[in-house]
Amino acid sequence: MADITISERQAGDVTILDLSGKVTIGEGSVALRTAIRRLLGDGKNKILMNLGGVGYIDSSGIGELVSSFTAVNKEGGTLKLLNLTQKIQDLLAITKLLTVFDVFDSEADALASYE
Amino acid sequence: MAEIIELTLPSRIESVDQAALEAERFAESAGLDEEFRSAIDMAVRESVANAVKHGNKFDETKQVEIKFSKLPEGFEVIVRDFGPGFDVDEIPDPTDPDNLLKASGRGILFMRAFMDEVEWSNHESGGLVVKMLKKQ
Repeated sequence: MADITISERQAGDVTILDLSGKVTIGEGSVALRTAIRRLLGDGKNKILMNLGGVGYIDSSGIGELVSSFTAVNKEGGTLKLLNLTQKIQDLLAITKLLTVFDVFDSEADALASYE
Repeated sequence: MAEIIELTLPSRIESVDQAALEAERFAESAGLDEEFRSAIDMAVRESVANAVKHGNKFDETKQVEIKFSKLPEGFEVIVRDFGPGFDVDEIPDPTDPDNLLKASGRGILFMRAFMDEVEWSNHESGGLVVKMLKKQ
């Protein structure tokens, strides 16, 4: 079984990626990179990443979040994060990345922020 | 309960999970709580990933040597690779505003954040050794 599952939903012009499993060195990070590249290739650059189902992330996974953020910005889009677990929030605080990402606890609030 | 476990694993990504699994079993059998085990898990994963990726550069002819010890003062993790080594002081600070958007370089930060003592040294027979202690 894959370490990570990524499902895609559309809410208006915002694409929501629901992640579950592990975003770690190897398969998890590669799957996330592939998903983001595919969306950008399809012209979808308003992306909301739901991390509520991510039970584990390592420094490689955090790096992939950053790469995703910069790749989406480069295409004139916006990547925001939804439903951080306490663990991920702690890691983003340690790395000072909470100052970089827009983070939401409510999907409705997150979607409204794109308007 | 064993007080020491030693592993020798090949330089591939799967070794990260394997080392973390062994650490979890060992730490659980030592009666360590979940928060403590979570810190050990993070440090083991990051250090073994560094050894595989940056130390041995995925060269499967090179091994990663790992030692877990339950000591009176806490839980010790030692990871050795067989690469050329590096000077940890030369690793850029990933929390510096200029480095925040870099894709890599946070593993050492996590190791330091979750363990109480972390030190690197060059092994006399070659390779880099990282020694970490989580105090009880």
